[in-house]
Amino acid sequence: MPRLKDEPLSTPVVTPASRPMSENKTGDWRSVAPRIDAEKCTGCLLCWKYCPEACVDISGEVPVVDMHYCKGCGICAIECPSHCIHMTESSEVAA
Amino acid sequence: MKKVLMGNHAATLGAVLARVQVVAAYPITPATQVVELIAEMVAKGEFPGQFMRVESEHSAMAALLGAATAGARTFTATSSQGLAYMHELLHWVSGARLPVVMVDVNRALAAPWNLWTDQTDSLSQRDTGWMQTYCATNQEVLDTVLMSYKISERLLLPSMVLLDGFTLSHVYEPVDVPDQKAVDAFLPPFKPQTFLDTKNPGAFGSLETPKPYFRIRRRLALDMQRAEAVVEEVGAEFERAFGRGYGAIESYRSADAEVSLVCSGAVGSTAKQAIDELRAEGHNAGLLRFRLFRPFPATALKRMTRPGMKLAVVDRNYSPGHQGIFCEEIKASLYGTKNAPEVYGFVAGLGGGDITVELLKEIWHEVKAKTADPVEPLWMEEAR
Repeated sequence: MPRLKDEPLSTPVVTPASRPMSENKTGDWRSVAPRIDAEKCTGCLLCWKYCPEACVDISGEVPVVDMHYCKGCGICAIECPSHCIHMTESSEVAA
Repeated sequence: MKKVLMGNHAATLGAVLARVQVVAAYPITPATQVVELIAEMVAKGEFPGQFMRVESEHSAMAALLGAATAGARTFTATSSQGLAYMHELLHWVSGARLPVVMVDVNRALAAPWNLWTDQTDSLSQRDTGWMQTYCATNQEVLDTVLMSYKISERLLLPSMVLLDGFTLSHVYEPVDVPDQKAVDAFLPPFKPQTFLDTKNPGAFGSLETPKPYFRIRRRLALDMQRAEAVVEEVGAEFERAFGRGYGAIESYRSADAEVSLVCSGAVGSTAKQAIDELRAEGHNAGLLRFRLFRPFPATALKRMTRPGMKLAVVDRNYSPGHQGIFCEEIKASLYGTKNAPEVYGFVAGLGGGDITVELLKEIWHEVKAKTADPVEPLWMEEAR
């Protein structure tokens, strides 16, 4: 029967998410992935600034997107002034 | 200690005696005096809690959402348009299972501007998951604020305490203000098992997928269902502590009544006078005064009615396209009961029109004389 079975009243009513947000891997929401053309990148860091997930690593010469968290929103590709970021169907990560 | 208090200040003293820790408010007319008194106490250094002045009612409830999540006992007051503006956050608070207690002064909604008493503001918030209790005297306002903290914190459901605009809010009545020691014994500090804690971080209010969401809603429904019994229990506890008892519905000379008026709010005390006069004139008249509206006290209603009884429901509110709101809920909750009482609806006093003893007696006679309609409500206006 598709009837919902009630939980016992002793079950806690408020249960906060037991894992920290860092473990909430949002990368699996993604259907398209950013690919950065290292040749054309000028290192302006706008992709880092605009990324709503704050998942662009700029410690190296060319930005690297952390695909565990990238939702594939494409904001970086739209904002990149040198048009070096392309959204691709493949979820493969370009270096 | 007995004091002469306006309803607004009776509400304030209830909250202060409950040792509320965070009050957030925006001073829309007329609920201001409820929180204004707290602001005065803050200025005099008499209020140990936090008083947050915010830019809207929406923000006031949002601030309490945060404070209650952090485990504080919280309070605010509003009215009419202010309550309407809070609507979104009312759902947030009940969904997060936070026992916020709020006083709403019942005043009519615009347009046109009116602001005299009318229950449509709070009854429009029927489905927000808040408990609602309507008061008939200023004493009951103070007492209900205290009881609401106990009930809300036991069930983890928020409570709205309602009082009539002007008729109670700005009218002075003698109120027995209990002493702090007795209140502390009745109402221990709020100690939630789970709360926002920097030492033990967790995510609150995050995304839930359909399956857990459905279960969370079911649990809210289940706790709301058992709330009627908790209201009765805490009312009895309150009586043992302070000598004044309260239930979900007050029955007045109704046990053997042929026709009972059904009222809520301050009209419930006017109605006692009407019933006494009708009894003196030889009629079997009674009164059922609804205190609780959410959860709807169907158990008490069924206990207090009998086959053959007729109910004359007086609504100072209206759901356009349907009926008076208490009336429709009473009809729905009696549906399927064998030999259920006949229910007749009357709409009166919208926008603060007087509901006098004479008008209530006329309403009673409409049902007795079988001139009322069981489907369409009669709109009754005071002749003066």
